[in-house]
Amino acid sequence: MSKILIRGAKVLGGEPGDVLIDGETVAEVGTGIEAGDATVIEAGGQILLPGLVDLHTHLREPGREDSETVLTGTRAAAVGGFTAVHAMANTFPVADTAGVVEQVWRLGRESGYCDVQPVGAVTVGLEGKQLAELGAMHDSAAGVKVFSDDGKCVDDAVIMRRALEYVKAFDGVVAQHAQEPRLTEGAQMNEGVVSAELGLGGWPAVAEESVIARDVLLAAHVGSRVHICHLSTAGSVEIVRWAKSKGWNVTAEVTPHHLLLTDELVRTYNPVYKVNPPLRTEADVMALREALADGTIDCVATDHAPHPHEDKDCEWAAAAMGMVGLETALSVVQQTMVDTGLLDWAGVADRMSFRPAAIGRLEGHGRPVSAGEPANLTLVDPAYRGAVDPAGFASRSRNTPYEGRELPGRVTHTFLRGRATVVDGKLA
Amino acid sequence: MLRPHGDTPRTPRHLISAADLTRDDAVLILDTAEEMARVADRPIKKLPTLRGRTVVNLFFEDSTRTRISFEAAAKRLSADVINFSAKGSSVSKGESLKDTALTLEAMGADAVVIRHGASGAPYRLATSGWIDSAVVNAGDGTHEHPTQALLDAFTMRRRLVGPDAGLGRDLEGRRITIVGDILHSRVARSNVHLLHTLGAHVTLVAPPTLVPVGVEQWPCDVSYRLDDVLPKSDAVMMLRVQRERMNAAYFPTEREYSRRYGLDGERMARMPEHAIVMHPGPMVRGMEITAEVADSDRCTAVEQVANGVSTRMAVLYLLLGGSETALPSAAARTEENK
Repeated sequence: MSKILIRGAKVLGGEPGDVLIDGETVAEVGTGIEAGDATVIEAGGQILLPGLVDLHTHLREPGREDSETVLTGTRAAAVGGFTAVHAMANTFPVADTAGVVEQVWRLGRESGYCDVQPVGAVTVGLEGKQLAELGAMHDSAAGVKVFSDDGKCVDDAVIMRRALEYVKAFDGVVAQHAQEPRLTEGAQMNEGVVSAELGLGGWPAVAEESVIARDVLLAAHVGSRVHICHLSTAGSVEIVRWAKSKGWNVTAEVTPHHLLLTDELVRTYNPVYKVNPPLRTEADVMALREALADGTIDCVATDHAPHPHEDKDCEWAAAAMGMVGLETALSVVQQTMVDTGLLDWAGVADRMSFRPAAIGRLEGHGRPVSAGEPANLTLVDPAYRGAVDPAGFASRSRNTPYEGRELPGRVTHTFLRGRATVVDGKLA
Repeated sequence: MLRPHGDTPRTPRHLISAADLTRDDAVLILDTAEEMARVADRPIKKLPTLRGRTVVNLFFEDSTRTRISFEAAAKRLSADVINFSAKGSSVSKGESLKDTALTLEAMGADAVVIRHGASGAPYRLATSGWIDSAVVNAGDGTHEHPTQALLDAFTMRRRLVGPDAGLGRDLEGRRITIVGDILHSRVARSNVHLLHTLGAHVTLVAPPTLVPVGVEQWPCDVSYRLDDVLPKSDAVMMLRVQRERMNAAYFPTEREYSRRYGLDGERMARMPEHAIVMHPGPMVRGMEITAEVADSDRCTAVEQVANGVSTRMAVLYLLLGGSETALPSAAARTEENK
């Protein structure tokens, strides 16, 4: 394997230094490292981060290859600076057996752009009735440790309790999509001032918060750990903060879009803003940013949800829920957290790499940038400014809420075990 | 005529939301509707103003009343009318709103009158670049029904101010009470916007379950007690309440709803003598309104239907820029307002 010398990079935003990659690992970190026969990349003061890890990605394959495949989704991930993604289970067929998770895992290995860690469904067919073979999925080549019915809530309290207990046997975690189903029948957007005016069915904050409250209590009762997907309200933050203060094993993620966008955008009736959980209010956005900064929310997860054009080019009620996010995640985090002074780059490394890898018990990712560690690295130019152009996306889908919006920062290089997957902002 | 104001993205050239109308816009429409009403009194109820123009009634929901009202309005202005009903058409076979729109555009529609079950569908039609024609919202989901609000305001102005005395005037200081399923009512939303713009004071009355979360930001009052509000009302608008709502626990039984929020003769007697009872139809007699009230002289339900045609004529005329000479008096007033 070849050697690569990244010269003049600010590791985790620190003082400029050099990082030498030898083969699949980081060989040396320091200053004035001799290039020798290594290929040199002049970082010019860019930020070097550990490869980003996404706990929440929809790759759509198998079943909806018209919106994304493992290959196109992992290309998008690489462009966004990710070296590992967790592929959600709501595919067709559902990833509720060892066979399906192994298929997704194998497709990820073949893609070569980004490691794909399949998430297993909690219940058969995401139906919430019967536990899927969680142990078989864990024991498979895919080595599943995160289980989620994402897209649907495990709303039956007994099923949730049993799942939380059962996965303790192999240090698994249940990632809950917190949505009380009866309170959200026909829900189209955040319930509040805007929904009242627009006449769109309301998705009340309490439908999320009541499930989170129940689940942190369940996790405490059975001594399990629980992870909360895409937390979106100020009230949810308070519940998680309280649960953590009790010492309970609760973790939570927030999406980039919930850190930036509000339900005011729904006034356009443009379904590109339709997402689940829905965009909330300004007060919620501010609470989420603060919670991510103080660690109440552990990590950022994209909930990258590709949809074909026709599923968004229609009236609001008919449109699919979800936004692509892999290629814009880091820029949104820079704008909302770094440029606002809420997080430094070391904090970004923590919330987008160290913590998500730790929650997912993912080996080889979320490691420090130091000698002997796997060379999963992301080089970011924080000074870059540019408008988002979906036509240039590596993802197969274009349903971004940021089209035309100027966002800061750009991933210039991504390295997956020493191999450049992105060079100068382009797929290698 | 429809100028942008407020904080919602606006749609000039179309009529999507009553909130898009300024006070002067609304008064102009009501004054024009008054001119149109006079045409209805002539032996030949037809004006040549929209000759050669095509109006499409695009109805994704069954609503015979609204459709024939728009149809009559367009025909009295000599427009060609195409009725496109979603039932039994390509739409029921899965065609998208966009493809339907492109089809209508190819047929040369000058205006599309759309009724759709999805809130915001008319806004999407008007703003997505699918078509160039003017879009008139004939009711979208639980969002708005602006021509209903205009015809209601027209009816109120005629009854409470007078057909001639009302010209050029709004509803300043009038107290309007709207009773019923506010949560699911596009009529209520449009009326709150328009009546507020026209200077009226609106009070919504409903059980708390049928009032939307977020209503506190609306420019109106909310009361849960009908009897408190009736003596202070110049007009009481009863909204239809669907019996199915009780299955979703919005209220316990039809009888309980009727006892607490229905309008019967006894309650009507508590209204001021000049006050009118309105209903956008279709009425559920015995539920929100008794037959005694519905059939009384104070109930304007049938008058509202007739006024609906005049008001929709005014909207189509103003949106499609009918020839200036056809309506000299309305055109003259437009000049005065400038």
